[in-house]
Amino acid sequence: MAKYLLLKHYRGAPAAVNDVPMDQWTPQEISAHVQYMNDFAARLEKTGEFVDGQALAPEGKWVRYDGEGRPPVTDGPFAETKDLIAGWMVIDVDSYERAVELAGELSAAPGAGGKPIHEWLELRPFLTAPPTITE
Amino acid sequence: MDEALIRSLTPSVLTVLVRRGADFAAAEDAVQDALVEAVRVWPADPPRDAKGWLVTVAWRKFLDATRADAARRRREERVEEEPASGPVPAADDTLQLYFLCAHPSLTPASAVALTLRAVGGLTTRQIAQAYLVPEATMAQRISRGKRTVSDVGLSPARAHSRAGGRFDRPGDVATVLRVLYLVFNEGYSGDVDLAAEAIRLTRQLAAAIDHPEVAGLLALMLLHHARRAARTAPDGSLVPLAEQDRGRWDTKLIAEGVEILQAALARDRLGEFQAQAAIAALHADAPTAEETDWVQIVEWYDELTRLTDSPVVRLNRAVAVGEADGPRAGLAALAELDDALPRHTAVAAYLHECDGDLATAARLYAEAAHKAPNLAERDHLTRQAARVNARLSR
Repeated sequence: MAKYLLLKHYRGAPAAVNDVPMDQWTPQEISAHVQYMNDFAARLEKTGEFVDGQALAPEGKWVRYDGEGRPPVTDGPFAETKDLIAGWMVIDVDSYERAVELAGELSAAPGAGGKPIHEWLELRPFLTAPPTITE
Repeated sequence: MDEALIRSLTPSVLTVLVRRGADFAAAEDAVQDALVEAVRVWPADPPRDAKGWLVTVAWRKFLDATRADAARRRREERVEEEPASGPVPAADDTLQLYFLCAHPSLTPASAVALTLRAVGGLTTRQIAQAYLVPEATMAQRISRGKRTVSDVGLSPARAHSRAGGRFDRPGDVATVLRVLYLVFNEGYSGDVDLAAEAIRLTRQLAAAIDHPEVAGLLALMLLHHARRAARTAPDGSLVPLAEQDRGRWDTKLIAEGVEILQAALARDRLGEFQAQAAIAALHADAPTAEETDWVQIVEWYDELTRLTDSPVVRLNRAVAVGEADGPRAGLAALAELDDALPRHTAVAAYLHECDGDLATAARLYAEAAHKAPNLAERDHLTRQAARVNARLSR
């Protein structure tokens, strides 16, 4: 088994085929989209492949250490940030091929006009613990 | 009361229920419930006959569950009329369960989960924690696995017709060994010690069936487990074999592994696990890394290549050739392999370093770190790159 992260981007991914911003969908289209995502997660739980799914607020802060005894510095958000993560799903699957298959299904979530968004999702393998037997 | 001892009774209790007419999935649930109860009750009130107690409680749990299910009322009447079965040969029971839980129709992940639960007696929560997935996900993986194998067997009639020789077919044993190997090799560490659990299950299997490859896998596990304390530094970083403090190897486990391996090899039915164990034994036998018998190790890798024809084996062989005949020979062996193989770059880096080409080694170590499939290995390779770069700038 191998764990993969499916990353969904607000910004920074190549343009989707059905590339209409969500605020221009009908309310029913939004509901259908949300339903699809929930059903997808529920189905993965049934197949024993679901690990986690979370969504992120679009706006956050940049934070860094500013030296001993000083409060951390915060900055942003920056309009020019190219890559903006919208959320993720973590799956635990038997193969890379299965991970690609599932990412493809998730990308078929319906958008404007009830048609699949064909959104680009980023698929990243987890770094695992080392195996016991290596030689 | 030792929890591992309670769990070791799992396979025989489960098979008693199945032979009395319970279907596998329901029986497995009932045995789990009984195990949980045993862990709760036995410390204060230990039974005289542990297995008898578990059978009685599991059977009651099964009947309760069956009664609660109106759709199964008809079957309940049938099973209640059935007389309690007499003693059953424990070894045969155990084998049937191992085979069922490693059935080829299961995905590797389901086979692993089902084996840990139905044979190992671990709870779904423990298995989920060990594999870092939510309990609900693991529960589904297990119940899907149970549905899959319910179709293939262990009904009383079929179980009976299977008795006698059914499980000594090498193909069957090989699937079981593959599952146990996966459990052992899983690097995760949590509350459940998967390596120790795999060893326990393989010991139990070795007691149930006389097969040189089962012995080979058990020896392999023991020989690797013996090095466990030396394999990681206090900060959790990986210590490669050559740099391990051999004084921290568990000599008792090594002696046991070597003895089991020698008995298996004497039977002259070589298999991949015996060959792998032989390599581990040669490493265990060397008082220092420099005294390793690499020539013999290369010969065992040749055997392994013949048995498995695995590219990973060929890669490891290239390392051994590099040690036995010098880095140039190792690089020549490596050149015959696909450079997309996992760890190919790391091996190339090491061999170039041995050959004195530090610039190439440093570049390849950094490249290998970038491609490493796990964190400990990545950190180790990054440190190697840094170390060689420091040598270069001196």
